[in-house]
Amino acid sequence: MTVLDSKIPEGPIGEKWENHKFSVKLVNPNNKRRFEIIVIGTGLAGASAAASLSELGYRVKVFTFHDSPRRAHSIAAQGGINAAKNYTNDGDSVHRLFYDTVKGGDYRSREANVHRLAEVSVNIIDQAAAQGVPFAREYGGLLDNRSFGGAQVSRTFYARGQTGQQLLLGAYQALAKQITAGSVELHTRTELLDVVLKDGRACGVVTRDLVSGEVRSHSSHAVVLATGGYGNVYYLSTNAMACNVTAAWRAHRKGAFFANACYTQIHPTCIPASDEFQSKLTLMSESLRNDGRIWVPEAFDEARPPDQIPESDRDYYLERKYPAFGNLVPRDVASRNSKTVVDQGKGVGPIKNGVYLDFGAVIERDGEEVVRSKYGNLFDMYERITGENPYKVPMRIYPATHYTMGGVWVDYNLMTTIPGCYAIGEANFSDHGANRLGASALMQGLADGYFVLPYTIGDDLAGRLGEAPVSTDDPVFVEAEAAVKSQVDRFLSIGGTRSVDWFHRELGKIVWDYIGMERTKEGLEKALSEIPALEEEFWKDLRLPGSAATLNSGLEKAGRVADFFELAKLMARDALDREESCGGHFRAEHQTEEGEAKRDDENFAHVAAWEWNGSGSVQTRHKEELTFENVALTQRSYK
Amino acid sequence: MSTELNLTLQIWRQDGPLDDGHFETYSAAGISEDMSFLEMLDIVNEGLIQDGKVPIEFDHDCREGICGTCSLMINGQAHGQEKATTTCQLHMRKFNDGETIVVEPFRARAFPVVRDLVVDRSAFDRIIEAGGYISVNTGAASDANLTPVPKEASDTSFDAAACIGCGACVAACPNSAAQLFTSAKLGHLNLIPQGQSQRFERTESMVETMESFFGSCTNHGECHEACPKEISLDFIAFMNRDYVKAKVKNRKLAGQT
Ligand SMILES: Cc1cc2nc3c(=O)[nH]c(=O)nc-3n(C[C@H](O)[C@H](O)[C@H](O)COP(=O)(O)OP(=O)(O)OC[C@H]3O[C@@H](n4cnc5c(N)ncnc54)[C@H](O)[C@@H]3O)c2cc1C
Ligand code: SF4
Ligand code: FES
Repeated sequence: MTVLDSKIPEGPIGEKWENHKFSVKLVNPNNKRRFEIIVIGTGLAGASAAASLSELGYRVKVFTFHDSPRRAHSIAAQGGINAAKNYTNDGDSVHRLFYDTVKGGDYRSREANVHRLAEVSVNIIDQAAAQGVPFAREYGGLLDNRSFGGAQVSRTFYARGQTGQQLLLGAYQALAKQITAGSVELHTRTELLDVVLKDGRACGVVTRDLVSGEVRSHSSHAVVLATGGYGNVYYLSTNAMACNVTAAWRAHRKGAFFANACYTQIHPTCIPASDEFQSKLTLMSESLRNDGRIWVPEAFDEARPPDQIPESDRDYYLERKYPAFGNLVPRDVASRNSKTVVDQGKGVGPIKNGVYLDFGAVIERDGEEVVRSKYGNLFDMYERITGENPYKVPMRIYPATHYTMGGVWVDYNLMTTIPGCYAIGEANFSDHGANRLGASALMQGLADGYFVLPYTIGDDLAGRLGEAPVSTDDPVFVEAEAAVKSQVDRFLSIGGTRSVDWFHRELGKIVWDYIGMERTKEGLEKALSEIPALEEEFWKDLRLPGSAATLNSGLEKAGRVADFFELAKLMARDALDREESCGGHFRAEHQTEEGEAKRDDENFAHVAAWEWNGSGSVQTRHKEELTFENVALTQRSYK
Repeated sequence: MSTELNLTLQIWRQDGPLDDGHFETYSAAGISEDMSFLEMLDIVNEGLIQDGKVPIEFDHDCREGICGTCSLMINGQAHGQEKATTTCQLHMRKFNDGETIVVEPFRARAFPVVRDLVVDRSAFDRIIEAGGYISVNTGAASDANLTPVPKEASDTSFDAAACIGCGACVAACPNSAAQLFTSAKLGHLNLIPQGQSQRFERTESMVETMESFFGSCTNHGECHEACPKEISLDFIAFMNRDYVKAKVKNRKLAGQT
């Protein structure tokens, strides 16, 4: 059995990162250019890493399946980014951000990683501001902050409703600067389809050019996966359409352990689906919960329009159940409660699949103009999508898949269990435990890319000076290329009757029903029998017109959906084995009398990291025990 | 409840950059008015696949109006007729039952067709690489609040930074000029203190790179009309002023060395 070595440095929590930076091996500045690094992905994590590594002198090749680095899914983040700057003098500190993140993650993350994240958070804001990221400012010209997602302090920096776009443009611009300097080679519309190993180490990747169809190998001294999360396994999610698990999954199949696959986050404030053809769900920023009040009618068969339902016939269920936090309870709690009332039959809207988010009270109190100035963009977006005016009629919202805490297992250096292969950003499992706090994903992606990986990657590289990259003529590359080509040919030759999207949608329904907001033993077992059956049909009955020698988005999707099938099975298994409830993982069998998540710290205070054993056999579950020396484990309570 | 539309579509099909393209006519029946334009195309594609035909390629990703990936000329207008709206945010309730809709790719010399409705907009990346950044290496930044930015400058810079790089401005322009896009990036960086040290060098280099790919601006203003983020024409004026200054300044600086 492989023993997982998390490489957490010695020393008190506040000194671990300092100590580690001092003890990792360094690569001499003149030697850095002798190393080639491949970065897959140009989201916040990938763009920041590629730019920073090349500034240090490494030779970097960066790949994205998008047509431009600026299009990565990070662009869509709305709300903000956390940092322990304490500019507002309201008692924030590195320790408090650390504490809140460990608690928010329901005590399923690594203390040492989270502390480091909180430490470097302050540098991110400095870096981004220097790049020209137009964060919101106060009249004196200094940076503005707000409280976000239920935090008790105002530590969130934001850029109107486009924090992700503005931060990504900053990182993309830094990348552009390095491309011009000649130290980054950019490959767009190019997809990674395999990670290649020689003698147990990552030595490069195989990619497919999405326009010409050319399959090609690239070799390097290190491979960095910055390929985002796997929320689209649910088909409907707030993720961009092309988000997928392929890079992480193919690395998993080559030996990278996959951790905590069942930890997925369902965001409470999304626009409910309108019909079967819905292609994605749209997030309404969490900030709306600062002023909006969530309710459903008391009566099951309520037919009146919302403005005619008197206060006495409304149930403000979050305010009722959680007087202290009210509408600002954490995401998992808010989402689960919406599901409960909708399942009870109190849902609102044409297909009774939502709850009201009502701004009536705040409009009455502050006036429509004030509300418009705060949320104008979001209200416009809502109206464009639903055709309803939220200044007049309460918004309808429902939870949707939003983020995946699980991902590729990495050690403190962000290295996967494949030596020389790293995972950063949402693609790894590292910092959010079983639940991510609002405005913390952008922070983590940029922390990994700007301030962690550039230090830690040297530790492994330093010992390999003088090693030439493996030739792409080596049999390991030749075989990997052949496997990629044969999969492409297989998809095109099935000649069945159903489209990729049909299979994806059906898979999504199973995953949502059984591995969604609430999981049961029975449901998970059902998932484990239904997913393989559908998967078998996929390989028999897929219909994929077109060729491999031109742009063919159906072909791209087929590979991604094939990987989603395998991932979905792992999610079910991971959820089944985790006999407790924690954060985004709610097992109906494990709840407190009040219906809250009930952890089992004695048996489950560990990371579950799964080792691939080949197609056809089940992965092996390894444990990384988590120790909590600085934060006492308590039952979360938001009453 | 939502009503349904029956539509006729004339869609541009083209196998590759070097092929001649042509229009094909499709019918889209029973389209719910709550669907987005791209969801309507999804349905058409699903039908094509059922018939064993090759589906229509079009670019899209976030479907939230922020990534700038979607494009399309819809009835001759970039991103369709709805103001301040990207194609992915355009909903079918804006169309009428029985209508014929013409769908083409964004057209410009600098945006060659990749396939069907997909075009290559990488010339935009080349403009950014020519100087659309502030040279600050990771780790070199001082505390963010050491550089206050007047709120007004910051807000105006933000208005420019809202550009999503979609290329509708180029597609709408009779000259296929990229002034609005380029000036948006220059407006973002040239208006704030952090961007001053490279201001003129940046302007000269970006404008000249732009000119090597795109046509010239003759002040039609179509770009602004088509822009989903309503980027102001004032930024073009600002860019032109900075360019003239840059020419003078950069020449002087060159003389000093
Ligand atoms: C609607 C929405 C709003 C959000 N709002 C917030 C917020 O306010 N605050 C916050 O902190 N977080 C927010 N998040 C979460 C956050 O945006 C993401 O977690 C984060 O941006 C992920 O960044 P990343 O760099 O890890 O991955 P991504 O941005 O997803 O980038 C992945 C990159 O990898 C590339 N890629 C993937 N696979 C391959 C492959 N096989 N081959 C080649 N390239 C590949 C892609 O092209 C892309 O460039 C939000 C998420 C959503 C969905
Ligand atoms: S200026 Fe407007 S139209 Fe042009 S690329 Fe930017 S957002 Fe698109
Ligand atoms: S798909 Fe992202 S802007 Fe339209």
